[in-house]
Amino acid sequence: MRTAFFALLRRDLLLAFRRRTELLFPVIFLLVVISLFPLGIGPGPQLLARIAPGVIWIAALLATVISLDGLFRSDFEDGTLEQFVLSGHPLTLIALAKILAHWLVAGLPLVLLSPLLAIWMNLPLDSLGVMILTLALGTPILSLIGSIGVGLTISLKRGGQRLSLLVFPLYVPILIIATAAVMAASDGLPYTAFLGLLVAGLITSLTLAPFAAAAALKISLS
Amino acid sequence: MLSVSKINFERYFAPVFHPVSFTLEAGGLLLVTGTNGCGKTTLIRVLAGILHPTSGEFRSRTDSMAYVGHYLGIKDDLSVIENLRFMRDFLGTSNRGSGEVIKEVGLTRVSEQLARTLSAGQRKRCALARLLLSNTQLWLLDEPYSNLDQEGVELVDRMLHKHLEAGGACVLATHGAHRPDWQQTENYQLISGAAA
Repeated sequence: MRTAFFALLRRDLLLAFRRRTELLFPVIFLLVVISLFPLGIGPGPQLLARIAPGVIWIAALLATVISLDGLFRSDFEDGTLEQFVLSGHPLTLIALAKILAHWLVAGLPLVLLSPLLAIWMNLPLDSLGVMILTLALGTPILSLIGSIGVGLTISLKRGGQRLSLLVFPLYVPILIIATAAVMAASDGLPYTAFLGLLVAGLITSLTLAPFAAAAALKISLS
Repeated sequence: MLSVSKINFERYFAPVFHPVSFTLEAGGLLLVTGTNGCGKTTLIRVLAGILHPTSGEFRSRTDSMAYVGHYLGIKDDLSVIENLRFMRDFLGTSNRGSGEVIKEVGLTRVSEQLARTLSAGQRKRCALARLLLSNTQLWLLDEPYSNLDQEGVELVDRMLHKHLEAGGACVLATHGAHRPDWQQTENYQLISGAAA
């Protein structure tokens, strides 16, 4: 099973590399959206600093939702997914391998770009560390919870639209906690409780989401 | 190896085919024939476990199955050899090399090409290679001869014979004229659910 897990992870990363122009799009979208804010609302430093955590996190959310549909779609459409079901390997671990690949390709770049975004949005430097941490903890949660939504909508044509409706309400708590953490850090207030909640969310979604995603995929296949 | 009793599958509350019952032993070939739209693909997918029957039961079914259907299950953005290497590593049941299998299915010349650049027949051969890499007892084949040239058809028959002689079993759905030649063949004419 371990060989199968890593074989699948390697395959998905290789496929992502082959389709890299397609995958750059969410990242470019993120950069464009964020750069529009100083242009649209004026570059007043205090205002930007105030809204920076929310703007960066919302942009990360949108970028993730855009990239989510590709998580299972290709495998669903070319019959690879049903081969996974037949293979005898637990679909849960297969889902986990694919979600991990998705995060490495779609979530990790957001974390790595966040210092640049923080500078653009004039985020105070003492809260930069917390910003990066919330993204590092939160983006995997977005991938994990999002995968359940993708599993449910994959068999629908234009499922992507319904996908966004499904996952945005689930993303709201993560958004609130993450931005609260960063804003608390900016104001010099304690923020570890918020980070603790994110860690708890990550552990919970890591253990439960793959099961739910696998069940959703089985439904979608039939 | 595979025994089913009155398997029925409904779509939008209408049966796709008349209830199916049969028993398939090791070395046996079940040839499912029928008109277009009578439900051959649906039946194969029910047997494979991708779809769940509305009624009826599996009296026995081996866990060791391989399925090649209309959706070939190969990645367009990977080359032939990459696809096969992945299948081999993922299924983990074969001790055959991917190079050897590529040679057997006749794709050596295009092994480094991306699957999206191959012809339909070549893609079919790539999908059929999965059967050689899966080392399973039961093969479920849905129109395995489609898109193949004469050489390809002979390849499928060769693979099938070897598999059956080694004690494997196969359910093969086809509407075409070509039928594989095997002594332990049972013919099953599938009747569409819409027929009286």
